[in-house]
Amino acid sequence: MQLASLPVVLPLGVAALLAGAGNVLRRRALDVITLATSAAVALVSALLVTASTGKVVVYWFGSWHPVGSSRFPIGICFMVDPIGAGLACLAAVLVLAAFIFSWSYFESIKSLFHTLMLVFLAAMCGLCLTGDLFNLFVWYELMTATAVALCGYKSESPSLQGALNFAVTNTVGAFLSLTGVALLYAFTGSLNMAEAGRTLAANPASREFLSVVFIFLCAGFLVKAAAFPFHFWLADAHAVAPTPVCILFSGVMVELGLYAIARVYWIVFSPIGLPAPAGIRTLFLIVGALTAVLGALYCFGQRHLKRLLAFSTVSHVGLMFLGFALLDPHALAGMAIYVVGHGLVKGGLFVGAGILLHRFRSVDEYDVPRGLMPGVGALMLAAAWGLAGFPPFATAVGAAQMEQVAKLQHREWLSAVAIFADALTAAAVLRFSARVFFKLGRGKPEVLREAPHIHTEVETRGDHYHVPACMWLSMILMLGLAIATGYVMRGHVDRFAAQFESPDAYAAAVLNAHPEISVQRESSYLDAEYSASWWWNRALAFVGMIGLAAIGLYPRTRKRRKTNPLDRALAGIVLHLRTVQTGRVGDYVAWFTLGIAAYGALLLFAR
Amino acid sequence: MKISFRIVIFLAGAVGIAVLFYLARAPLRAATPVSNRYAHEISSRTFSDRNITDAVTAVNFDYRGFDTIGEEFILFVSVLGAIVLLHIAEERKAKLLPDAAARWRDLAASDATRLWILVMLPPKIAFGIYIVAHGQLTPGGGFQGGVILASAALILYIGEQFSYFRDVLSHDALEIAEASGAGAFVLIGMLAWLKGLPYLTNFLPLGKTHELTSGGTIPLISLATGVEVAAGFTLLLYAFLQETLTMRAEE
Amino acid sequence: MAEIVRLAGYAAAVWLFLTGLYGVVTSRHLVHMCLSLTVVQSSTYVLLTVIGYRLALPAPVFTDHVQPASATVDPVVQALMLTDIVVEATVVALLLAITVRIHRKSGTADPHEVDLMRG
Repeated sequence: MQLASLPVVLPLGVAALLAGAGNVLRRRALDVITLATSAAVALVSALLVTASTGKVVVYWFGSWHPVGSSRFPIGICFMVDPIGAGLACLAAVLVLAAFIFSWSYFESIKSLFHTLMLVFLAAMCGLCLTGDLFNLFVWYELMTATAVALCGYKSESPSLQGALNFAVTNTVGAFLSLTGVALLYAFTGSLNMAEAGRTLAANPASREFLSVVFIFLCAGFLVKAAAFPFHFWLADAHAVAPTPVCILFSGVMVELGLYAIARVYWIVFSPIGLPAPAGIRTLFLIVGALTAVLGALYCFGQRHLKRLLAFSTVSHVGLMFLGFALLDPHALAGMAIYVVGHGLVKGGLFVGAGILLHRFRSVDEYDVPRGLMPGVGALMLAAAWGLAGFPPFATAVGAAQMEQVAKLQHREWLSAVAIFADALTAAAVLRFSARVFFKLGRGKPEVLREAPHIHTEVETRGDHYHVPACMWLSMILMLGLAIATGYVMRGHVDRFAAQFESPDAYAAAVLNAHPEISVQRESSYLDAEYSASWWWNRALAFVGMIGLAAIGLYPRTRKRRKTNPLDRALAGIVLHLRTVQTGRVGDYVAWFTLGIAAYGALLLFAR
Repeated sequence: MKISFRIVIFLAGAVGIAVLFYLARAPLRAATPVSNRYAHEISSRTFSDRNITDAVTAVNFDYRGFDTIGEEFILFVSVLGAIVLLHIAEERKAKLLPDAAARWRDLAASDATRLWILVMLPPKIAFGIYIVAHGQLTPGGGFQGGVILASAALILYIGEQFSYFRDVLSHDALEIAEASGAGAFVLIGMLAWLKGLPYLTNFLPLGKTHELTSGGTIPLISLATGVEVAAGFTLLLYAFLQETLTMRAEE
Repeated sequence: MAEIVRLAGYAAAVWLFLTGLYGVVTSRHLVHMCLSLTVVQSSTYVLLTVIGYRLALPAPVFTDHVQPASATVDPVVQALMLTDIVVEATVVALLLAITVRIHRKSGTADPHEVDLMRG
């Protein structure tokens, strides 16, 4: 069955074709071809999800199956399992929605945009499906190169600087990851993930060595996932990237960093139990909590919608890290559902930003004419609802599962972090939408004083007085899917997650060609309805969201000169935080260095 | 953030990373029993599997050919990105380049340089093609040979003027060549599907050793890669030269 | 003997990595920064080379005196390095194109003045 190679090969082939024929093909043809390709990839990935339920589909490129009596892998394989294929499907669906958004109106230089987006899709699918460490690095680099090209090609000053920051930080991270791969290869003699895990289990290495290799390997992926303190580049890149590209960045590219960390941990490091699960938990709980809290604080202090949404992505990825840190199948399943829901909701929000940009040539909270387009405003409010993790969106389902596990592990403080992050980020979007679409709000809160005011170039052509139907369609599609996937995925993902966390299954499938698995690590949690305490948490988040948005909209009560104390308190924190985000790439790399050293030390000393 | 603060942060982190590197030195001190397996497998199998004598090319285009496709497309995408970033609007180009050419005419290379470059150009191109074609026999292959061919374009610019460079090398043809190289690689992999084999399987007859046709699909892939790399780097050169010359003309 | 070579190479790789990073962090010119990034990338080449090193074994090319199927230096690592070099070259090309454009647009190539993204 050649299906497993299609999600990567098809977009690459079509991209090469479009690049060669770019002068000849008309825009309509380009749009149709790319739409068809991304739809095909989405379909194939969905088929792969069903095909790999209950087993691992292994595809050896070049027919290089494992050789010898010890079944040593000498080729590159794709290890297809439902979670990986599901992520590839999400990537394809988001690319499809992005192409619907950019149908015919989006400015593209010849066929460049279409070619780059298809290659980006291929790279993302490759990263989701691969079972080889160096192959992972190659797809990571392809993602970075394509994303930088997509980010900077408008060639305006801000976009160039955003692209520069993006490229340098991600490249430095990538090369540290490659160092990790090289060191692991030096010890195990293999680049295949399952084989490396098996070798480590049979030939124990020292705890220090494995901790260092793990942190080095994760360095590049932590940068990609915009964890603290590697998150600075994300806002810069988002502020300037074209809208369809932002959909992909926030929707799936950032989450793929976390996916790669999870994949590498479960397949390579968990069989030997080093670094110790307790250390991993501590590390990622700290990473997740810091990222979630700081991301939310930055988010509230932005007036540029794309940058606001970028910081909210940082915050929500922090929550996903918390879900991963619990190291439990039920939590991982919740995280997977949350990733899907968040990606689709965030995509919808970015389409809203794109509509604003098309209509008003700006996405700044105070530059956009107010009170127009209530329809878009209503959709943005719905998306904010989904961002905060309220039912019926898939984010609610995912977050509920993660909180269930957190409670059972006696880590209730995670719920507090989630409430804080959800409330603050949703409040920011709510504040923006209410002010812009419904003419609410008076004055400017302290929090937005000196907020970055980045000029964004118009990226579409045509009549700027009407919103094309394709943009509406894209937004409604994504929000609708965000609701639907919650119902569809619920209850099924637990099995997939349990499979994801069973390295023996992968070793057997990859090395011994026994694809059927019997999963031992069944989760013992019932997939119950939302519990009472969860409803209380959500109510608290709702109250927080409304309250914070109100503070943002009406900071001055009764004609006082100063704004109310809560606004000033928030502003105090946020303004100080903003001095750290300097926009200079030298600072970002310095923080990267310190962050890796600190996390490495944490992993070494945590018990 | 003051630069001194930045340096302090960096140095603290650098010391930490150095310590981490020190702690991970174990596999470089002594090879474990298992760390040589991949090398051993490939070394012992290359000749018998594929009748070729260069193990590195075999790994690049056969055993781990799928990595090479990703790498090809990284090159492809970066060249595309760089061209667009350095894209100059047609009107400005038409106005500025003749000025630039005129201004630099009196700084043209001396006759001795031009003659030497003219003499060296054919051997260089031949050498590049030789390296591409013999990748499966001796160290070489598509990437190395492609870069040599691109450097031939560079010395053409050094010897002659940019206007000559532009007349000889057509931008459109180079773009099509680059896309064809990448597309050919993907296509060769797909041909294996026709035989029901996984992507990128080496399905062609393997030929006799020490001949150019040994290795099945490896020489074909090497050729496609050579075309793509040569075209890609020449396009990069073209874009950067154009940008530099128009920048000078505007000063 | 092999151990000394490998440890020396490892130390060189670590030094290159950290020095390159220092260059990136303290750079006052974007081209200098791109080239410091190249130095960082070179550290991975050195690391891969010493990982592949085997004492007194020939290169993995089976011509002349090297018998087929005999033991050689690690060919896999060399293939990885080839990929790595191409990736590095192209990323640096992209970065240099961005640098040139930034200089054109804002007249400066000093990273300290490239801070439109403050806050």
